[in-house]
Amino acid sequence: MEARGGLKLQGLVKRFGEVTAVAGVDLELPAGRLISFLGPSGCGKTTLLRMIAGLETPTKGRVFLDGEDITDRAPHTRDIGMVFQTLALFPHLSVGGNIGYGLRIRDVPKDQVSGRVEELLALVSLEGLADRRISQLSGGQRQRVATARALALQPRLFLLDEPLSALDANLREQLQVELRLLQQKLGITTIMVTHDQREALTMSDLVVVMQAGRVEQVGEPLAVYRRPATAFVARFIGSTNLLEGRATASGRVRLMDRELDVTDAPPMTEGERVVLSVRPEEAHLSVADRPAGNALPGTVVFVRDLGEFFECYVDCGLPDPVVVAGSPRERVGVSQGDRVTVQFPPEACVVVRA
Amino acid sequence: MTERRKPTRGTYLVLGVPLAFLGVFFLLPFGIMVATSFYHRIPGGFYEAGFELASWRRLFSGVFLERTGFSLLISLLAGGVCIVVAFPFTYFLSRMRRRPHVALLIVVMSALSLSEVIVGFTWSVLLGRAAGLSNIMVWLGLMDEARAYQPGFLAVLLGLCYIAFPYCVLTLYPSLSRLDREVTEAAQTLGASPWRTFWTVVVPISRPIIMAGFLLVFVFTLGSYLISAILGRPEHWTLSVFISDQASFNANVPFAAAMALFLTVLSLAMVGIVMLIESRTRGAA
Repeated sequence: MEARGGLKLQGLVKRFGEVTAVAGVDLELPAGRLISFLGPSGCGKTTLLRMIAGLETPTKGRVFLDGEDITDRAPHTRDIGMVFQTLALFPHLSVGGNIGYGLRIRDVPKDQVSGRVEELLALVSLEGLADRRISQLSGGQRQRVATARALALQPRLFLLDEPLSALDANLREQLQVELRLLQQKLGITTIMVTHDQREALTMSDLVVVMQAGRVEQVGEPLAVYRRPATAFVARFIGSTNLLEGRATASGRVRLMDRELDVTDAPPMTEGERVVLSVRPEEAHLSVADRPAGNALPGTVVFVRDLGEFFECYVDCGLPDPVVVAGSPRERVGVSQGDRVTVQFPPEACVVVRA
Repeated sequence: MTERRKPTRGTYLVLGVPLAFLGVFFLLPFGIMVATSFYHRIPGGFYEAGFELASWRRLFSGVFLERTGFSLLISLLAGGVCIVVAFPFTYFLSRMRRRPHVALLIVVMSALSLSEVIVGFTWSVLLGRAAGLSNIMVWLGLMDEARAYQPGFLAVLLGLCYIAFPYCVLTLYPSLSRLDREVTEAAQTLGASPWRTFWTVVVPISRPIIMAGFLLVFVFTLGSYLISAILGRPEHWTLSVFISDQASFNANVPFAAAMALFLTVLSLAMVGIVMLIESRTRGAA
């Protein structure tokens, strides 16, 4: 089957009175993939999704689905399936009634509806529950009903608005995997809104990181994690050390009184202010007295040892302590007050926009 | 469930005062009325204590049954009209932006401050020939000559609906304003037009509150007195008018008491029947 559901967003802006929720978004999203809009609450990701669904009218900009301009189409003519944050199941209908709602709206004959409902129930592992009332279901079962209902009409676009936020942590992780496997099996173009970076990294082919109504970075999950484009992305996805220095003539970064090598640095002019992002697990500790290469000396101010994982806060004279993390094997027997050296491998130093 | 605390003296006081009030001013008169309905009427005079079923037997007379039928009919109609107008009205009201939403709600609620007398006489003027709405129609050239729309059946129905409408909106409003917007949006993403969403989702979800609103208007208008007395001819009188007519003009208090009790039982029976139907269908669904 040819992948359908290629989506193009062109200069989308949405204002609610004085408030700008989405401040100009241009995106081209590939068909057949799972794309997540990731960002803190209020970053405009849900508004963007609702404009794709047709539930909000853009103040400016166009939405194209498979090359066709659908900006002015009402939601019920858009060929989409959506799972809402509150799930929005119909309380007056049974499980089967909910899943078959869209089919009945399209006047599909009764026997075909019940056949398709059985198929969908099997797809989400809820066989035999067609006659249950919604109030009799658990949270996870309700989530599955909402998924099946949204997929009933084999829509071109599958939209998920924080679909798992109502569930407890364990169930959420389990359903993340289930939803992702389901999406891969069906090959349906899926857009998911989430504020949970773990969820986005677990499920997505492509992550769109948003902040204050704008797109900060678009990329594959690991690429976004390893090479964040901006300080915001580096901080929002995982944790990081942001080190501020100045560029030198030789393309290195001067930090305190030392110069650090940076792999794949963008072109920098001498003396330019530069922010480096170094993930805590990519920095290393050593007890060597004299730092050599990409390293800074410092004093250990705090140690958090959780057995499976340890974290060490080192004061290197920078505004914030540098955090070094790793598995217990890498623990080098340091304790509070020790003089240590923190190593920053050149490939772990990423220049980010402030 | 948490264990109930033993009621303190304060609790008894708080509950006791209204209970005593109800006992003295409702149960006692009600008991007197029950007794009166069995008393003996002295023709051309008043009544004396006794026990006879004469007044109750008169309930089966043609005039009375006709009045009862008419009262039921017009109250059912008023309930139907109010729901048909108030339900979509309240639904769209609850979906409006905040400012017009509150303003409109205040307008509707302010109609509650008008007494039945004022509403009755205002409509009587508006529907009359001398200064009524038809004069405006004539002035606009839409009608040839002014005419009176009252007294008449439609005038009574209009008056009853006007009085009951704000109560109906008040009953529907809390539930409709709490209706999850995402539920109607979900229906739309599944291919339902706004119109079909309204009929396949909003109305079925709201069925219990629609029944409650209907019932409220029904019972409320069943006991209405002034509107049909002002805007109707004697054949448009509701049971309440008939009762007061018997009590004050014919001085037949035992018969009036029997009719009033009958009306109470009728109202309760209707409420019971509707509640029974509602719980049945809910259990089956």
